[in-house]
Amino acid sequence: MAISAVSDTTLREAPPPRRHRLLEDERWLAFVLLVPTIVLLGMFIAYPFMRGILLSVTSSRVGMPGDFVGLANFYKIFNDGIFRTSVYNTFLYTGVTTVFKLGLGLWLAMLLNRNFRGKALARAFILLPFIIPTVLSTFAWKWMFDPTFSVLNWLLYHLGLITGRINWLGDPDLAMISIIIVNIWRGVPFFAISLLAGLQTISPELNEAAAIDGAKPWQRFWHITWPLLLPVTMVVMLFSVIQTFADFQIVYVMTGGGPANATHLFATYAYQIGIGTGLLSEGAAISLAMFPVLFLVVIVQLLYIRRVEVR
Amino acid sequence: MGQVVLKGINKFFDGVHAVKDVNLQIRDKEFMVFVGPSGCGKTTTLRMIAGLETISSGDISIDGNVVNELAPMDRDIAMVFQNYALYPHMTVYDNMAFGLKMRKFERSEINKRVLEAADILGIGELLTRRPRQLSGGQRQRVALGRAIVRHPRVFLFDEPLSNLDAKLRVQMRVELKKLHLRLGTTAIYVTHDQVEAMTLGDRVVVMKDGVVQQVGEPLELYNHPSNKFVAGFIGSPAMNFAAVTVTEANGSLIAENSGLRIKLPDETAQRLRGRIGREVMLGVRPEDLTVAGGADLGHPCFDAVIEVVEQLGSEILLDMKVGESIMVASVEPTAGVSVGDKLRVAMRPSRLHVFDPQTEAAI
Repeated sequence: MAISAVSDTTLREAPPPRRHRLLEDERWLAFVLLVPTIVLLGMFIAYPFMRGILLSVTSSRVGMPGDFVGLANFYKIFNDGIFRTSVYNTFLYTGVTTVFKLGLGLWLAMLLNRNFRGKALARAFILLPFIIPTVLSTFAWKWMFDPTFSVLNWLLYHLGLITGRINWLGDPDLAMISIIIVNIWRGVPFFAISLLAGLQTISPELNEAAAIDGAKPWQRFWHITWPLLLPVTMVVMLFSVIQTFADFQIVYVMTGGGPANATHLFATYAYQIGIGTGLLSEGAAISLAMFPVLFLVVIVQLLYIRRVEVR
Repeated sequence: MGQVVLKGINKFFDGVHAVKDVNLQIRDKEFMVFVGPSGCGKTTTLRMIAGLETISSGDISIDGNVVNELAPMDRDIAMVFQNYALYPHMTVYDNMAFGLKMRKFERSEINKRVLEAADILGIGELLTRRPRQLSGGQRQRVALGRAIVRHPRVFLFDEPLSNLDAKLRVQMRVELKKLHLRLGTTAIYVTHDQVEAMTLGDRVVVMKDGVVQQVGEPLELYNHPSNKFVAGFIGSPAMNFAAVTVTEANGSLIAENSGLRIKLPDETAQRLRGRIGREVMLGVRPEDLTVAGGADLGHPCFDAVIEVVEQLGSEILLDMKVGESIMVASVEPTAGVSVGDKLRVAMRPSRLHVFDPQTEAAI
């Protein structure tokens, strides 16, 4: 009784300013803390996204506001052969590179997870392709694939594996293979380092217990390491798929979508139509066509990650 | 069968000599405990027996066969790890069945063995749960279950109780003992807790700095420690030590230092005949000290001032100042003593230990 009487009077004597009381309320505080993020995301993600949608249903070009045309742009691009090629390319590019990046990344991560002299140095070196600005490293690759000065051709020739020059970026299939190689080279470090971090959370005792339980090395990988690494793997794959699907720099620098539009991806084709040609609305429609696919990928993977993590 | 023999075992880690020339014979069905402070090489020795660590030199054999080059899976051993090492993505059942599945046992046999082990350990209700849904004690049982379903020749335990709270640890200790009596499988058990070593072991190996200090039955270590380290490590509270000089007066031997002057009992005196005028290390356990009374007439006695009184209920621990040094006595709870009291303390004459101050070996 006495205590509550005292606190009552203190409250009455010194009521805190209204502002402070609002911040004492966790719902208000949460809102206030979220405002910067909401503003940033709104300005740089939500607003451009909405403008993109609005743009895609008009006939805007550079210098011409245009009129509302409904889904005409989408109808047009779905009948466009180059668009279809770039859809096919994007899926191929994403699929093939992801498989290789996962495989090589996991292999590297397992190697780096061992104890050896110079471990820290090796780990740092592995990250190099990831650290170098993509445009710079891609230019270096462009020279390596150059039909005349190609160091690859020189090497293969002197090893006696080829007799003539290979026109890496001039042949549609080879050009696709080339950009896939560069993407894998650039993406493996991210997989390797992330998976290495995942591997390090797995107690070595589990592998020892499995070894005593009679599991051979690959059984230990399959029954212990892989299932425990799966949540990390899924998150890494999610990031990688999103980035690769919307990749731009490598193709833009290496081939510019050529030869003869054979290596266009969603992003490069959208850029070529929207900015290069000035057909803003059509370009917007092409980049929006990526959205449903990515949305689905994200939903499926997030659901899967949640299922794996609940276990 | 499960006889393990270690012959001249050494282990070097990056130039550190972690295990030094260990020779041991662990008998079939024996419960052998390795005890020592951290870094003494006990876990490394266990891991070498398991095959998780290579042997730098020497031979380990199980039932007469040298297993140095055998993979862990081929040694027919099972191990319980300190952190249990349960597979987090598998149910309790699958955790226990994993070793049998890897060894391609029939499904019905796996089922039979897992249920049998679950029954012994009282974890039948938990078989569909995952490790993260279990308490520490339950995880411990699952880890034990995973070891016993295999019916191995030897069980290896690496500080299995150290992650449990004190009460549960005592309970599991008793259960481990019962389990061993029931299964009769050779067990090698590593711990840094001397109480676990004393209560569980048929025999105990005390290690320090990679060297085996003494091997023996628990009471043998307690009553006849071979050196000062073992004397101080085994027993709680630890043995009191006092550096004393041996002198002769009227035909009997006297041990004295600045705060202590006692006549040595004949049995001890005989061992110290050759050391008159030299220093020795005297050792006496807290439980062998009493507040001097009528019954102790003729026992070696000394004066002490009580600095701290620790009431444990069943006994009282007295931290006493004896000359320059501190000694601990464990006395009857009925002894009416309080801080600052001056006491006459008596030693049980037959329980005096003496050690060489240089080599620290028992004299």
